Amino acid sequence: MSSSSLWRLREWARPALARVALGGLAGLGASLLALAVPQVLRVVVNGPLLSGGHSGAVVLAAGLVAALGLLEAFFVWSRRALIASPGTTVEREMRTALFAHLLDLPMAFHDRWAGGQLLSRAMSDLSIVRRWMVFGLAMMVVSVATTLVGVGLMLATSWQLGLVYVAGAVPVVWLGFRFRQDYKVVARRARDQAGDLATTVEESVHGIRVLKAFGRGDDALEDFAQQADELRSTEIVKARTLSRITFALGALPELVLALSLGVGVWLASAGDLTVGDLVAFFATAAVVNTPVERLGQLLAMTMDARTAADRYLEVMDTVAALTDPARPRALPEPPAAGTRVELSGVHLRHAGQGAGTPDVLDGVDLVLEPGETLALVGLTGTGKSTLLSLIPRLLDVTDGSVRLDGVDVRDVGRAELRAAVAVAFEDPVLFSASVRENVLLGTPGLSDAEAEERARGALEVASASFVEDLPDGMDTVIGEEGLSLSGGQRQRVALARAIAVRPRVLVLDDPLSALDVATEAVVTERLRQTLTGTTTLVVAHRPSTVALADRVAVLQDGRITAVGRHTDLLAEHAHYRYVLTAMTEPAPDSAVGVTR
Amino acid sequence: MSVSVRDEDVADAAGGREEGRRRRSVALLGSLLRPVRGPAWGTVLLVVAAQGAQVAGPALVAAGLDRGLPALRDGDPVPLLLAAGGYVVTALLGGVLTAATVRASARVSQAILLDLRRRVFRHTQLLSLEFHERYTSGRIISRQTSDLDAVRELLDGGITTLATSGLAMLLTAASLTVLDWRSGAVLLVAVIPGAILTRWFQTRSQVTYRRSRTASARLIVRFVETMTGMRAVQAFRREAAERRRYGDRAEEYRSANDAAIRLNGVFDTGLTLIGNLTVATVLVVGGLRVLHGGIDVGVLVAAVLYARRFFAPLSQIGMFYNSFQSANAALEKLATLLAEEPTVPAPQHPVALATPRGDVRFEAVEFGYGTGPVVLPRFDLHLPAGRTVALVGETGAGKSTVAKLLARFYDPRHGRVLLDGVDLRDLDPADLRRAVVMVTQEAYLFSGSVAANIALGRPGATRAEIERAARAVGVHDLVASLPAGYDTLVDKRGVRLSAGQRQLVSFARAFLADPALLVLDEATSSLDVPGERLVQDGLRTLLADRSAVVIAHRLSTVMTADRVLVVARGRVVEDGSPDELVRAGGRFAALHAEWRASVGGAGLV
Ligand SMILES: Nc1ncnc2c1ncn2[C@@H]1O[C@H](COP(=O)(O)OP(=O)(O)OP(=O)(O)O)[C@@H](O)[C@H]1O
Ligand SMILES: Nc1ncnc2c1ncn2[C@@H]1O[C@H](COP(=O)(O)OP(=O)(O)OP(=O)(O)O)[C@@H](O)[C@H]1O
Ligand SMILES: [Mg+2]
Ligand SMILES: [Mg+2]
Repeated sequence: MSSSSLWRLREWARPALARVALGGLAGLGASLLALAVPQVLRVVVNGPLLSGGHSGAVVLAAGLVAALGLLEAFFVWSRRALIASPGTTVEREMRTALFAHLLDLPMAFHDRWAGGQLLSRAMSDLSIVRRWMVFGLAMMVVSVATTLVGVGLMLATSWQLGLVYVAGAVPVVWLGFRFRQDYKVVARRARDQAGDLATTVEESVHGIRVLKAFGRGDDALEDFAQQADELRSTEIVKARTLSRITFALGALPELVLALSLGVGVWLASAGDLTVGDLVAFFATAAVVNTPVERLGQLLAMTMDARTAADRYLEVMDTVAALTDPARPRALPEPPAAGTRVELSGVHLRHAGQGAGTPDVLDGVDLVLEPGETLALVGLTGTGKSTLLSLIPRLLDVTDGSVRLDGVDVRDVGRAELRAAVAVAFEDPVLFSASVRENVLLGTPGLSDAEAEERARGALEVASASFVEDLPDGMDTVIGEEGLSLSGGQRQRVALARAIAVRPRVLVLDDPLSALDVATEAVVTERLRQTLTGTTTLVVAHRPSTVALADRVAVLQDGRITAVGRHTDLLAEHAHYRYVLTAMTEPAPDSAVGVTR
Repeated sequence: MSVSVRDEDVADAAGGREEGRRRRSVALLGSLLRPVRGPAWGTVLLVVAAQGAQVAGPALVAAGLDRGLPALRDGDPVPLLLAAGGYVVTALLGGVLTAATVRASARVSQAILLDLRRRVFRHTQLLSLEFHERYTSGRIISRQTSDLDAVRELLDGGITTLATSGLAMLLTAASLTVLDWRSGAVLLVAVIPGAILTRWFQTRSQVTYRRSRTASARLIVRFVETMTGMRAVQAFRREAAERRRYGDRAEEYRSANDAAIRLNGVFDTGLTLIGNLTVATVLVVGGLRVLHGGIDVGVLVAAVLYARRFFAPLSQIGMFYNSFQSANAALEKLATLLAEEPTVPAPQHPVALATPRGDVRFEAVEFGYGTGPVVLPRFDLHLPAGRTVALVGETGAGKSTVAKLLARFYDPRHGRVLLDGVDLRDLDPADLRRAVVMVTQEAYLFSGSVAANIALGRPGATRAEIERAARAVGVHDLVASLPAGYDTLVDKRGVRLSAGQRQLVSFARAFLADPALLVLDEATSSLDVPGERLVQDGLRTLLADRSAVVIAHRLSTVMTADRVLVVARGRVVEDGSPDELVRAGGRFAALHAEWRASVGGAGLV
């Protein structure tokens, strides 16, 4: 994949290709002019000055040199002007494409990928590609072209010496190839380590409260420093690899010239070559050697860009396992009584699960009748949250099906489905924005009055009257991830956000865990009133939350082992009693409340 | 969801004015270079030597032609062989020296980067939560990634480019002046427009690169926030809106970069132009003198060629200056960050606390976040050592705030918090962290193994100790059942573990830490009842004669406490043992009654 990865970038570069090519030509023009000026000088000096001309001729000659200089400057300018905006535009396109792709990739992907690795791809990898496109590519073309023209001139001057020079190119090409192999490996390692370092940085910032609570700043620093030191070592290995090719590209052409000197003088002494040709040959060789020497740097730059492109494409090539159906079906009109949710034979296996363990969900059959509120109860880690994420399709079943009013959720477009199903997660996941914006996250396109009413209503149900006491009321910006609110306040905003959607199906994951008993009772009461007609699935760890529900389902060992009324189950179902009250000793094989 | 990043310049202005900014960044660069002074000069010497070897080449060619050829014609190959042999030696030497330069400069620049990385990381860890909340994590991350990249770019080629090109220009100018001082003077005149151009570029590019740094930070802020909240973004169908906003930021960044590249293009063009016009001027001035017999043609040719060569490395220097300006903008941001003083500063004269007991006293403490409203109005409170105190009260009452003051996440606005009679502000930070450990409401796991996450409580703990802590909170069986047991990696946000499991792991940390004063803030809220019961059993042994502050909404946790404080609107409204309070018939009694009812009737405590 890698040799073609830069080539594959043309997919994004296409609109810019013409200008990049023109820019390359301008660059070529500039360097050819730079080669030409000395020639002109020679002619001028040999002509008017030596043949005793007059001052007019001198001024004319100087004018010609100045004109060529102007032209060169113009080429230099147009190279930048031509390449700058297409280069940066391609970078932007690639960046937004990556972002869009990440938004499209399912949670299973995001659970696996560390933030820093994605960030480093979106930022520095793409900058590397852009720099290569703006500078590297054009310089590469110019260097190669200059070298070719120069070698042509040398062959024309003296084919024998030219051949000697060309022969010298053979080991250079071979070494260049070797270099590419070696450099590729370290370049990749360096980029990956930089990504890991970014991950550590990200975690040290997001986890700052834990680090402070335990006073582990110094240990975190040690870990970080060690990682940074590894990156440093890799960079030095990289430099060592680069220094080898630098040596080869610096020394080999000069060695060839030393050989040419011997051969050339010998040929000249034998009369097969004029001294003038010999001088011209060395003059040209001096010009050609510079781009050859630069080739090492450019090759390295190209390899870095290729590595960056590889890493970029790696993410872009990740096929979203969870996509919209080719021909999405519409959900039927919501029935008056409410939406019916049906899980049948649902199996789910997480990607990271160990071999030999049973599926987290191992054949779940569950029906939520229209408009009812069903509580889901089970021990820590039994898969309640997992089950919940199947309904808005944040996760896909491995087997079986989830249906809304008879339609499989996989047959519905994600946007439509998620408009019908709203979730309150167990951790609130708020954004640094005003309370209003957070609450109205899932209700786009409302008029101002409607939005106001919707937000107020939802906050009311969630009993979030504290919002009025905030400095700017609903327009108060809550800090990052809502961390300037108290735990219970955050949870209620997240609850209001789900309610504000007025969905057909409401999915609440332990929505009252951070509330005090009094507030919990108020919220429960208001929820019960509002939820009539909305089919609701609520995860409950406490009897007080169960009070929300009409019926309760018990999730045990990946299956629903009972569905019924709270009091009945409490009386009849030993496991249920154990989960909610820890009263009866469980069967010995699940002696600890957190097995699985 | 508008970004809460305030205008960067406004935020930075707090740290200093224009002059101060520049001075700080230069000072930072200086302090970074100081430790690597030796190797840096060594690198420069290598560059000079490599240049010398390269210059020797043409001289040897000349020698080969002038002496070797006639001698060979006379049948004496020795001078030619000497010249060619000498060339071979300089070629090898030049190659070796250039290669050594590449290595040496990488070593220097990587050492600087490592130093800078460590400093920034260390400093952000030292800064208080108040700063983190104001500055936002995205910006801190961008400082440590994108800004460091800009510095790195300068360092990568910087020293070598500057030394090589500068030296070449210096040598050429010297040769020209020796050859013909009048031409040298023309060159000197050319320096004036060059300086004006450079000055212009400096001011303009400073603005542009600052813009670019700010834009990059804003872009990163968006990226980080979206990725962190991806679950909600997808569930609430915010993809299109987020894409649009990110697109706007990306365009902002693009246009800043575009402007920078163009500016650099103008600078480059200007330098080329000045160079070429100077060559033409040298030609005119010299040519007229030739006509009047002032100088030889040969001298003129040489002078013109020298003048050309003088300007050849200029584009390299322009490139260097460009990346210098870019890095400078980044260094300004970094220096401003490094100049931030922690609002919870480490004590000047730390008081050690070798054997903490956990006696806590709040004296006339008043607190509010940042410049916000008062959250805790002035209060006094004494929590004697060895007791378990429970804080209850409605959400938002200020319970976590009290806990955070105890752990010195913040300092009070008024009054002081004392641990065993020592003001927390004077207490040695290491001793404070050993004495007081807090399990926060948010369970955060770091990527790494489960064992490493638990060991955060006490680095260097043995596997047996880690397992003991895990057993105590009842998470051992779970961990043992994971694919690689304690070595199983938990991914970035610990998503492999369920919410309750995450809470148990962070609980195990606290068990392992074994502090004198344990602060538990809602540490069991996501657990099932049996799990909570198990933790409580563990706690009973752990807290037997330890000081503890427990915050919980579930009264099951609270009823075992020695003392209960009921908090409302930042004030302690009831204070006593659980039984006393129930008997007294106040708020707590009401809570208790409600709780009894909610757990499904009597008998289910
Ligand atoms: N991405 C994942 N990869 C592997 N295993 C996972 C992943 N996500 C969850 N699990 C595992 O699946 C099981 C069920 O997790 P889930 O979050 O659904 O539990 P839960 O019932 O919601 O628990 P809690 O009550 O603690 O919230 C847990 O054992 C967890 O470790
Ligand atoms: N970082 C912060 N910045 C500004 N205000 C804050 C911050 N953290 C908390 N607050 C405010 O301070 C008040 C007290 O919050 P605190 O977290 O102490 O409440 P709490 O009693 O712990 O509530 P809960 O039971 O919901 O966790 C709340 O009104 C909250 O909005
Ligand atoms: Mg869960
Ligand atoms: Mg709290």
